[in-house]
Amino acid sequence: MDAFPGEGEWLDGYRIDGRLHSGGMGQIYRVTAEVDPGFPLIMKVPRLGYGEPGEAITSYEQEQMVMSVLQGPHAPRYVGAGDLAKQPYLVLEFVEGFLLADWVEKAPLPPEEVARLGWALASALHALHQQEVIHLDVKPSNVIIRPGGEAVLIDFGLANHAHYPDLLAEELHQPVGSAPYISPEQVLGVRSDPRSDIFSLGAVLYELATGEFPFGSPTSPSGLRRRLHEEPVPPRAINPAIPEWLQEVILHCLEPDARLRYASASQVAFDLSHGAQVAVGERGKRMHRAGFATRFRAWFKAKGMEPARLVQPSAHLASAPIVLAAVATRHGNEFIFCQQRDVVGRLLAGPDHVRLAVVTVIPPGSEVGVDTEEDIATTQRIKHLVLLKHWAEPLRLPLDRISFHVLEGNDAAATILDYARANAVDHIVTGSAPPGLPLATVWGTFATKLVGESPCTVTLIRPTAAQLARAAREQDGPPDPR
Amino acid sequence: MRLALFADVHSNLEALSACLDHARKAGVDRHAFLGDLVGYGADPEAVLAIVDEHVRMGGLVVRGNHDEAAAVEERSAGMNGAATEAAGWTRRILTGSRRVWLMELPLTRREGDAFLVHGSASAPDQFAYVTDPRSASMSLQAAGDAPYVFCGHVHEPVLYHQGPTGRPQPFKPVPGVTIPVSRHRRWLAVVGSVGQPRDGNTAAAYAVADLEKGTLTFHRVPYDWAAAARKILDAGLPERLAVRLQKGE
Repeated sequence: MDAFPGEGEWLDGYRIDGRLHSGGMGQIYRVTAEVDPGFPLIMKVPRLGYGEPGEAITSYEQEQMVMSVLQGPHAPRYVGAGDLAKQPYLVLEFVEGFLLADWVEKAPLPPEEVARLGWALASALHALHQQEVIHLDVKPSNVIIRPGGEAVLIDFGLANHAHYPDLLAEELHQPVGSAPYISPEQVLGVRSDPRSDIFSLGAVLYELATGEFPFGSPTSPSGLRRRLHEEPVPPRAINPAIPEWLQEVILHCLEPDARLRYASASQVAFDLSHGAQVAVGERGKRMHRAGFATRFRAWFKAKGMEPARLVQPSAHLASAPIVLAAVATRHGNEFIFCQQRDVVGRLLAGPDHVRLAVVTVIPPGSEVGVDTEEDIATTQRIKHLVLLKHWAEPLRLPLDRISFHVLEGNDAAATILDYARANAVDHIVTGSAPPGLPLATVWGTFATKLVGESPCTVTLIRPTAAQLARAAREQDGPPDPR
Repeated sequence: MRLALFADVHSNLEALSACLDHARKAGVDRHAFLGDLVGYGADPEAVLAIVDEHVRMGGLVVRGNHDEAAAVEERSAGMNGAATEAAGWTRRILTGSRRVWLMELPLTRREGDAFLVHGSASAPDQFAYVTDPRSASMSLQAAGDAPYVFCGHVHEPVLYHQGPTGRPQPFKPVPGVTIPVSRHRRWLAVVGSVGQPRDGNTAAAYAVADLEKGTLTFHRVPYDWAAAARKILDAGLPERLAVRLQKGE
């Protein structure tokens, strides 16, 4: 039964302009809408009818459900869908750009290119996870990089949305994803863990960095199961140009046990954009696969592997936030530093997945102003870096949970907000106006802007008037005797 | 048509009033009561008066096991102590004509694409529980060609969905999320309990089905459970029934 529309035909207010792609699950056309939405469109028509797999229609329904509620630049915009009883189709934004698969053809890529593309993909995945969506089929041919560098996930036919029934679970033979990229828990039939996407992201990074698949492209179930216990050849053994920190990130994503992977895609993005601050451990330094004994133990452990089940991606993400402490190294005093550190300490007392970025903002160039020699600027940066590290010392955080950043900008609030947006920060903790700061109104403007425009929760440390007065007295010492 | 689905009200006037108010704001056209209107709670008369009024306006209602037990003593056989005691108390409160009214309620109703029953459609008079894919499958099978089966009896909201080939899969609905439920697959919704929630959440549960659009929304409505619990104690009903409301279990 051929239910596909022909070129030039009209379907519910859409004109078919030509076929872009024909695949096992259906056809994709360029279309023009009677009512122009302001961006180019495609129409996806699932393959239906006698002898066609039931998965095609279920997968279509699943995709329609997910696409109709997804928002933001990291998925094609949803325009409409056809009636399932007559002619099912999805009309979506035609995303301009290049498939990530085009880059894969040129792999191995330079590390900075891998980090840039990986950062874009990780940021896109985080945006999906925040909306309760797990893609579950992350691979280079399902990612488009827009001309501006943003990544867009396409083909949500295997995706799962935690707020809707998983229709694909009805099928006896679940489509499981793509062999080179699929996570171990998906191999076991679990479709509810956002960290599955992080594993696939790791496989994509591995491929971009080495030009090879981490686990080959097995076709049998037993071949797929090998990734439950087998570790991939370390990327640096294939391509020595890969820095240790990048290998650390890649292998951290590819941990067979989801609990040992990055807790969130935003943390992967963070590390990919701050390579120098990645705490390199055994994973990053490894040059060979583990010996036989270790591999046997891993195999034995995998035999009884019970993947952890999660309820909702957003609930999981809530336990793995990135916290930004904006420390006023130029103005703060010890009293306020202590208060701010106490609050941050309480936020970090939760699960081990919380990450802390300690940030300060200094004016561009040097503080001296006239002299803009580079070494003065560097000296300034180091001076503030030392203050940041000193501030964080009592928190006693392991290196893989903390990073330090001296940002430059004339508008401290705007600089912090830009940084928070770029790194998907979940919570900003900033100090209060220090006692005796002559420019108290400047601080007021800073606080108003930070709170008003923040993309996430902001905690402002606000000591009581009595505390401030006491701190000022202590700072000044006892009054002169009269 | 937007159909509000209320199950297991159990004589809880405070919970029912809160849900009715919520449903009115949600723009509901019609009300369906999926059995166990009475039993456990202290306001059987007031609750039945409300249901009766809705039935006169075209509302739908089916009979539950507690409705039978409150109408006819023999039907309380096999119930636990507190339930038997509450059924006896309710029987003494209700007028003879109300008890007759209860016994004359149908066990099932078919309304367009929707099949209404208190327990399982496989044996409506046995009040079997739908608690897993197997029992959901049996109920769906017995409901004929109706794409939607709406029921109560189990006091926790669950939505089972079944494709043309597979067995039903359970899904725990998220309150307030409108779920598309297309007609070409089958759906069995246990809508949760208005008057005695048992999933650790004290808020009353009910659902709204839009049968034209093919959507289903489960709701949770906070209500004054302290007042309902106090009435239970004042009426001399078992203390355990009051405690359940404050714990939602």
